[in-house]
Amino acid sequence: MTTVALKPATMAQALGRALRDAMAADPSVHVMGEDVGTLGGVFRVTDGLAKEFGDDRCTDTPLAEAGILGAAVGMAMYGLRPVVEMQFDAFAYPAFEQLISHVAKMRNRTRGAMPLPITIRVPYGGGIGGVEHHSDSSEAYYMATPGLHVVMPATVSDAYGLLREAIASDDPVVFLEPKRLYWSKDSWNPDEPPAVEPIGRAVVRRPGRSATLITYGPSVPVCLEAAEAARAEGWDLEVVDLRSLVPFDDETVAASVRRTGRAVVVHESGGFGGPGGEIAARVTERCFHHLEAPVLRVAGFDIPYPPPMLERHHLPGVDRILDAVGRLQWEAQS
Amino acid sequence: MTVMEQRGAYRPTPPPAWQPRTDPAPLLPDALPHRVLGTDAAAEADPDLLRRLHKELVRGRRYNVQATALTKQGRLAVYPSSTGQEACEVAAALVLEERDWLFPSYRDTLAAVARGLDPVQALTLLRGDWHTGYDPREHRVAPLSTPLATQLPHAVGLAHAARLKGDDVVALALVGDGGTSEGDFHEALNFAAVWQAPVVFLVQNNGFAISVPLAKQTAAPSLAHKAVGYGMPGRLVDGNDAVAVHQVLSEAIAHARAGGGPTLVEAVTYRIDAHTNADDATRYRVDAEVEAWRAHDPVALVERELTERGLLDEAALQAVRDDAEAMAADLRERMNQDPVLDPMDLFAHVYAHPTPQLLEQESLLRAELDAEADGTLGAGPHGPEGAGR
Ligand SMILES: Cc1ncc(C[n+]2csc(CCOP(=O)(O)OP(=O)(O)O)c2C)c(N)n1
Repeated sequence: MTTVALKPATMAQALGRALRDAMAADPSVHVMGEDVGTLGGVFRVTDGLAKEFGDDRCTDTPLAEAGILGAAVGMAMYGLRPVVEMQFDAFAYPAFEQLISHVAKMRNRTRGAMPLPITIRVPYGGGIGGVEHHSDSSEAYYMATPGLHVVMPATVSDAYGLLREAIASDDPVVFLEPKRLYWSKDSWNPDEPPAVEPIGRAVVRRPGRSATLITYGPSVPVCLEAAEAARAEGWDLEVVDLRSLVPFDDETVAASVRRTGRAVVVHESGGFGGPGGEIAARVTERCFHHLEAPVLRVAGFDIPYPPPMLERHHLPGVDRILDAVGRLQWEAQS
Repeated sequence: MTVMEQRGAYRPTPPPAWQPRTDPAPLLPDALPHRVLGTDAAAEADPDLLRRLHKELVRGRRYNVQATALTKQGRLAVYPSSTGQEACEVAAALVLEERDWLFPSYRDTLAAVARGLDPVQALTLLRGDWHTGYDPREHRVAPLSTPLATQLPHAVGLAHAARLKGDDVVALALVGDGGTSEGDFHEALNFAAVWQAPVVFLVQNNGFAISVPLAKQTAAPSLAHKAVGYGMPGRLVDGNDAVAVHQVLSEAIAHARAGGGPTLVEAVTYRIDAHTNADDATRYRVDAEVEAWRAHDPVALVERELTERGLLDEAALQAVRDDAEAMAADLRERMNQDPVLDPMDLFAHVYAHPTPQLLEQESLLRAELDAEADGTLGAGPHGPEGAGR
């Protein structure tokens, strides 16, 4: 047996390592955004890149999100692979016009002649005590836009692997980085970062037999915790981490629900018009005869993201998930 | 002592690195638009350039007339004519080297055609068979941009990327007067100046954004003045004077190519036709104004110069007109053929690898098309046993 010295890495470090490795492997990869250079990004994800690769490859741009993404479009048109950082979820909104009208559509508009390999990194979601406009869950806007991939890691290895995949993709990827997982840790061999897994495949994070929790990003650890807690009540919960909303892995999700017969979708963005509605519909269409109960959703409230001192009441936590799991005893109820 | 009395002490001292970058005076545009034709300077205009501009202007005018006619026949969904603005369109195409890039707005079909694009391919967007009918890389013409001013940051990014790669490439981006009010205009100019990107912005100020006149669009002394705040030169030019536009753009492009950074050029011109065929221009402007601009017609200005200098006889003029007529006849004939479309193209260019969801939808459409071909469309299952389909 060989022993390798494992070292703990945070998700933020894993993301930084992915950027570094991608830049080293491909000179057309350029990192750009607000404060990504000297400072290394407000979450330090881009720390050291400007020093190692120079200002031309890791660029502090003017403070203008539409300009950043618009310039990235032109750079991609000329053969570069821009990786853009939007400083916080709610500050990506000025760039929506560029994202929706150009980034998402350029391949299609030009009949495939001009794909845009742009990665848009967005620190997203709540749970870090951020003040207003620093905690939005914006995935529903992105997933409603054909032409974009929408990817969200939940583990340190996935942060590395999915970001490498996103940068290598010939399509634009909105890469949502769960802020509250930036400091989550895992141990890995620093000489050998984790293998790259394709975007679009969901994984079963915890096998179980009595119901499936379908989730992604920041809610994955919460679901795993809920699954542990549910054991005491006699529930053996399976947890599926989607890893990307677009493409959506119907197969893995449906296979799980067919095994368990019950499902709860968990995410922190609002439920009304949120991803959970889409996921519940897809599951129902595929698993109707296997379902013992309606597909339930545990989501954030349909409110603007609350002030930090109230956010714990908004974010779906273990209790709300367990409560929903209890309601899966459909026959007993109706 | 009151705070007011102390004010000097409160005045922020600039950080040590701060320096005014440039004296704004050389960046300011001239008070009057630069003109060549109809002035003494015209005598120095190169005869070959004049002939080339003239030929393209005549073709351009004919193209606008033909495309407008095609909307009346229902062959085009819409056509935003550039009649009256041909000098800007043609000059924009002719000042570029083959390796340079043009970033047109939806009104600039003509610039794309003058750059060498197939006239039918250039109209694909407006006919409605696809969005962009050409490969942008082949002609170095970006897709015609419908959202206003959004193509400007693309031009900046491309020019910047080219310079990073060590390529001697300049981008020329076109925008209307209304488009200069958009945030993307501001962000693009600011990026270009900070990055010293080899890009030239040409504003075709044709007086109106659909119905809204310039006075309601901006309070700036001219649109060219906007350049100064970004730290780039602004130039004002008579947009109906093809030689003047060609000159000013050539200088700006040479400046960018030499590493001097971006320039904002405002060409003062006029849109003779309505905004598009769907617009009623009589609601917001008077005939007298249109007639005054007709008297300053861009095609006639060059034609007069050539004739007066004895550079264009009747036979040469006829040859130019015949060439334009042949182009229009060819355009008419090809546009009157129905394009052959493949509905499966709907799914072909969304992603490099279609998502499972798109594959499902693709097979649904395939089945519908097959059923349509067999005449069985609409005869699907009606009972619950069909629900599992
Ligand atoms: C972002 C955006 N807003 C609104 C429109 C609708 N629209 C199309 S053309 C136009 C006027 C544009 O005027 P101008 O920029 O002066 O260009 P011109 O039509 O005169 O060439 C408007 C408002 C648009 N295309 N894009």
